[in-house]
Amino acid sequence: MNRQPIIQVRDLIARYGDETILEGVSFDVYEGEIFVILGGSGCGKSTLLKHLIGLIRPSSGQILIDGEDLALADSHAYQRLLRKIGILYQSGALFGSMTLAENVALPITEYTEVPLDLVSSLVRMKLNLVHLAGYEDYLPSEISGGMKKRAGLARAMALNPKILFFDEPSAGLDPVTSAGLDNLILHLNKTLGTTMVIVTHELQSILAVAQRVIMLDRGAKGIIAEGDPRHLRETSRNPLVRRFFNRLPEDSWIPA
Amino acid sequence: MTKDEAQRCRWTFYEAVNLRPMHTSRSQGTWGFETSQDREGGLLLQLSGRMDAVNAGAMLRDLGALLERTRPRALTVDLSGVTYVDDFGVLVLIQMRHRMTARSGSFSLIHLTDNAKEILSLLRFDEVTEKPAFTKKPTPNLFVRLGDATLRHIHEFQFLTSFTGSIFLALLYVLRHPRSLRKEDTLLAMQRTGVDALPIVGLISFLLGLIIAFMSSVQLRQFGADIYVASLVSLAMTRELGPIMTAIIVAGRSGSAYAAEIGTMRISEEIDALFTMGLDPTRFLAVPKVIASLVVVPLLTLFSDLFAVLGGLLVGVLMLDLTANAYIAQTFVTLTPFDVFLGVFKSVVFAFLIAWIGCFRGFRVRGGAASVGQATTSAVVSSIFLIILTDSLFSVILRYWG
Repeated sequence: MNRQPIIQVRDLIARYGDETILEGVSFDVYEGEIFVILGGSGCGKSTLLKHLIGLIRPSSGQILIDGEDLALADSHAYQRLLRKIGILYQSGALFGSMTLAENVALPITEYTEVPLDLVSSLVRMKLNLVHLAGYEDYLPSEISGGMKKRAGLARAMALNPKILFFDEPSAGLDPVTSAGLDNLILHLNKTLGTTMVIVTHELQSILAVAQRVIMLDRGAKGIIAEGDPRHLRETSRNPLVRRFFNRLPEDSWIPA
Repeated sequence: MTKDEAQRCRWTFYEAVNLRPMHTSRSQGTWGFETSQDREGGLLLQLSGRMDAVNAGAMLRDLGALLERTRPRALTVDLSGVTYVDDFGVLVLIQMRHRMTARSGSFSLIHLTDNAKEILSLLRFDEVTEKPAFTKKPTPNLFVRLGDATLRHIHEFQFLTSFTGSIFLALLYVLRHPRSLRKEDTLLAMQRTGVDALPIVGLISFLLGLIIAFMSSVQLRQFGADIYVASLVSLAMTRELGPIMTAIIVAGRSGSAYAAEIGTMRISEEIDALFTMGLDPTRFLAVPKVIASLVVVPLLTLFSDLFAVLGGLLVGVLMLDLTANAYIAQTFVTLTPFDVFLGVFKSVVFAFLIAWIGCFRGFRVRGGAASVGQATTSAVVSSIFLIILTDSLFSVILRYWG
C-alpha cells in the first residue's frame, strides 16, 4: 500500500487520574480509507476518539493529523486542523435552539463565502443526501433519534472535511436506517475520497463498511488485533477477537 | 462578446481567503478558468483546480460576473482540468446552468471525471431545480396566533392547577407517611437553600439596616428623635423588608436552581424514568424542595432581621452617639411578638411560592437547552412578582383587619 497515512498515532498513553486506559497505542490511518476502531464496552474506544479529535490531550505519545502534531498545535494550527475534520457525535449534538437547516448552515455561513441565498440550496442538498428533505424547518426536539443522527451527519460533512469521525453511528438506529447510513458512508468515501474513522461495536456494519480495523481490549489496554475484519473473523487466534466477531459470550457469563 | 475578449486567453489564479479565519489563519485555495469561443458562437469554459468549499465563494462570484459580462448564447463547461468536485462545486455548476436557462441559453458539461460523474449523480444534478431555498413554514394570521396563545395560557393554567393539587396531595401523603420523605434530598436542599445563603442574606440585611438607619437619622435628628432610628429599623425590617429581601435572594439563588435542575431532568428523560418506575415525580423532586424552603426561609428571615438590627446599631453607636444598651432597649420596646410572627408567617408563604413556582417552571420545560434557560428566568421573575403581590395583599388585609 503506497497511500499516505493521514492520521498517525505513536505510543499513545491515555490516563484518567491514576487509571490508565490506553498503554502505548500506535497505528496509522491511510488517506481515503474506512477505518474502524472496535472493542467491547469500556475498552477505551471513545477515549481514543476524543484524543484523535483533540478534545483530550494525551498523557504521552504523539498524534499527527495530516502531518501536524495535535498536542503541539497552537490555536491557529488547531483551528486549521479542525477545518479538515468533521465529527458525528453519538446523539447528533444538534443545537436545540436552531432548526435542522440552521444547524447545517452554521459551518457553511461561518467558514465560506457562499452567498446566503445559495447556502439554503446547499443545505437542502446535504439534507437530501441523508434523506431528510422536507425537515429543514424542524427543531431537533421535534424529530426522532435516528433523524437527529442523520442531521448530525449532514452538519459534520457540511464543509466536506478530509476526515469524518463517527462515534457509534449505528447505535440506536433501526437496521434499515443503519444499513442506509453504511451505504452513505461507502458512497461518500468513494465519491469524495473522505477518510472515515468509525468507532463502533456493531458487527454487521463493521463487516459492511470497514476496510481495516483495530480492536482494543480493556485488559490489554491497547490494540489486540489489526487488519481486515473478514480476515480476522476467520483466522484470528486470539480468543477475544474470535468471540467478538462470532458474537460469543464470555465463558463466565452464565455457568453452563 | 467582442472578438478581442474572446480571443484573449486568461489564466487567473486566485488566492482565495474564503475560510473566514477564527484568528488570522489564511486558507489558500487555487482554481482557475480559461475561456474561448467555439464555432457556433458559444462560450467554452475550461475549469481547473478544486471545486470545493474553499473556492466556491470566489467561483460563484467570478464566474457569475463573467457570464454577466459576456452573456453567451451557449455555455459549455469543460471539467477535464478539475481535480476535485464536491457539492459546493455542484452548486457552482447549478448556478451557471441557472443563469443560462434564465436567458434561455443552453448549458452543457463535457469531459467529466469519474469523481465528478459520481457526485453529480449522487446529488441528482439533472433533476435539481433552481427554485431558491426551501419554502418557509407559513406564519399563521393574527387570529390563529391569538387563539393559539389563549389556548396555551388556558393549558398552562390547567397544568398549574393540577400541579398545585399534586403538591398538596404529595405533602399530605408525606405527612401521613413520614418515612416516605426523601430525607437526604430534603437535608441537601436545606443546606443549599438555607445554610449556603446565610452569608449573602446576612451581608445584604446588614447593609440594608445600615442604610435605613443612616437615611432616617438625617430626618429624625431634626426633631432630636435619634432614638427612634432603632424603632424604625427594627419595625421596617421585621414586618416588611426582612421577609421580602430574604425571599428575593432565595428566589434568585434557589428558585432558579430548582427550575434548572428539574428542567434538565425533564430533557434527559429522567422524569419519565421516575414516572415509569412508579415513583411520583412531584413527591420525589418537588416535596423535598418545598419542605426544605418552608423550613429554612423563615430561619433566614430571622437572621436577616438580626443582621439588620446590627447594621442599625452600628450607625446608632458610631454616628448618633447612642449607647448600645439604649438602642437595644428601644428595639425591644418597639417590637411586639406579633411583628416577629407576622414577618415569619409572610416568609413561610413566600417560601412556598418560591419552591412551587421553581418546580412548576422546571416541570414545564420542553425541548432543549434554551427551554431550561427560559424556565429559570421565568421562575425568578414570577416568584419575585408573586412575592411583592402577596406582600401588598398582606398590607391591605392588615390595614382593615388589624
